[in-house]
Amino acid sequence: MLQIRTPKTGRAKREVEKRAPKIVETGKKTLILHGTKTSQVLNTVLTEIYHLKKDNAVKYTRRNDNIRPFESGGETSMEFYSLKTDCSLIVFGSHSKKRPDNLVIARTYDHHIYDLVEVGIENFKSMVSFSYDKKLAPQIGSKPFFAFIGEGFENLEELKHLKEVLLDLFRGEVVTNLNLAGLDRVYVCTAVSSNRVFFTHCGLRLKKSGSVVPRMELVEVGPSMDLVVRRHRLPEDGLKKEAMKIAPELTKKKEKNVSKDAIEGKIGKIYMPDQQVGIVPLPNKAKGVKRERREAKMKGDTKKHEAKKQKLEA
Amino acid sequence: MGEVEEEQKQHYQIDLGNLFAFNPHHNFPSVPPSREELVKECLEQGTKLVQAVADALFSLPSVEDRDGPLVKLPAPTIRLPREKPLPKPRPPTKWEVFAKKKGIQNHKKDKLVFDEQTGTWKRRHGFDRVNDDKDIPIIEAKMTDEPGVDPFAKRRSEKKQRVEKQERHRLHNLKEAAKVGALPSHVQLAATAIPITGTQAAPRKVSKEELQNVAGMAATATASGGKFDKKLPGEKPQKHEKKYRKFLPVVEGSGMGSLERQQTDKVLSKLMSKNSHEILNVEKAVNMYNVKREKKRRNQPGKSSSTSSKLKPKNPHNKTSKKGSSFKGKSKKGSSFKGKSK
Repeated sequence: MLQIRTPKTGRAKREVEKRAPKIVETGKKTLILHGTKTSQVLNTVLTEIYHLKKDNAVKYTRRNDNIRPFESGGETSMEFYSLKTDCSLIVFGSHSKKRPDNLVIARTYDHHIYDLVEVGIENFKSMVSFSYDKKLAPQIGSKPFFAFIGEGFENLEELKHLKEVLLDLFRGEVVTNLNLAGLDRVYVCTAVSSNRVFFTHCGLRLKKSGSVVPRMELVEVGPSMDLVVRRHRLPEDGLKKEAMKIAPELTKKKEKNVSKDAIEGKIGKIYMPDQQVGIVPLPNKAKGVKRERREAKMKGDTKKHEAKKQKLEA
Repeated sequence: MGEVEEEQKQHYQIDLGNLFAFNPHHNFPSVPPSREELVKECLEQGTKLVQAVADALFSLPSVEDRDGPLVKLPAPTIRLPREKPLPKPRPPTKWEVFAKKKGIQNHKKDKLVFDEQTGTWKRRHGFDRVNDDKDIPIIEAKMTDEPGVDPFAKRRSEKKQRVEKQERHRLHNLKEAAKVGALPSHVQLAATAIPITGTQAAPRKVSKEELQNVAGMAATATASGGKFDKKLPGEKPQKHEKKYRKFLPVVEGSGMGSLERQQTDKVLSKLMSKNSHEILNVEKAVNMYNVKREKKRRNQPGKSSSTSSKLKPKNPHNKTSKKGSSFKGKSKKGSSFKGKSK
């Protein structure tokens, strides 16, 4: 027998509905995990990423020995956490002799691993080590600018993937209305060589210029590090196709020539072709033609004609 | 900003929806000598890119808000994968299909309805509602009514039936939606252990005692019957519900009869009773017959008259006595014979 189970409290119902799939998605949450061993550098990196994404990130502090992202069985723990916390981006840090200061950024689709990028961190400078005017500090949750420099991001597969993942990670919510006064941060990524990306977080200072557009000035604020791309796994084709689907309602084309009026309802315009009044031939009804007809009839049918004449005489 | 610079300024890929700018034409011809130079170069390039985006951004039509100018951003051009699959449209419910076919429009109902009986506005559903069953004092009898039928009970049972029907339809609609995969997010359909009909046997819930016994049962398959198995903490020792074999003492104590003789006699009598067909357990047969008769007499309501009761007890006694004597004689003979052979 089947039983219908619904949440008993309004709060629980609202939480469940928040996690339901929507047609237009906003705001991916991030989960930050530690691996079997983490170095000091890595700990700081993970903490700083968490601070950058404070609003929509969850940080777990315990070690997870059984997570091995690139192995087939080692992802189950990540998927379970993703399901429990409703996070679709996972940042996993681990340190080993073979891969020092290793950071794995994973994306999930339907709480299953979609794709992975593994980077090593070098030359890390923490947020604390930068000194700047406190007024420039970016606010939590502000929409960032992205600046990607280098032809490597276009030509190399791994760097292209990394670009997409970094954009997804730091993007925040997709908004339609943006307040121009609240723009205060930039993420700058430069492809230094074929496998090294210089990543830094800067605050923006808008200076008065002659025109409406203010002059931008970048001040290094946040963490800066060198990302060395190690391994990556692209998503499967079928899964990628499904994940990139857009709802058919959104791609509906606008009907042409139809407009809606409050009073008259649906209005459309009828376009008449050009009427050529002068060229149209007129019907055969001229008086002169009538005489000809009479003569023709006279030749053909005499009886009728006589009858008519008789009538007239009578 | 000379002409030369403008020509050199190549196009950046700008995605306004994401506030994203990409310069695909830059490359480092040689690794900069120091870190600071690298950082400086990167910040320079970054500034140019951000400026380009800001140019495009500030040229959009803006609305003045109290916090600052609001701009309407276009949709992002760079497509990123979704995090959850697209929600499927749910199939129409049974009522929706019917309403569409009949052309029934759904009209909004008011929360307050005028109650004629009391002459006040009462709410439609809930406490102190219009047309409540408990407010009806008298139900007039109609010609079609059967005598002996309680109309109030009838109303209640009808309402219960309607509610059950509604629940069945709701479950059906949810099952249809679950088939497509379009179950509403706050509903979960779970299978419980109560069977609907006798066709499908319900999975029986195993009790705690049964679970505790399972390990013991499996252990009996080992060579030593599970006696020397390592037990988990908290596991109770296996219960032995069968009989233990009885062995005679090696030395027979005083005051006990010959136990060995008794044991062998027991074995013998068992063998004899199995192989000889004529021997009848007289007492058992009599008891069974009497019990059967008593039951029959009790079931039939006073029909069996005194005459039959008088007659019946006579006959079986006669029969059994005859049988008993004959067989008893035979058995005695048999035992005496056997005694001699020893």
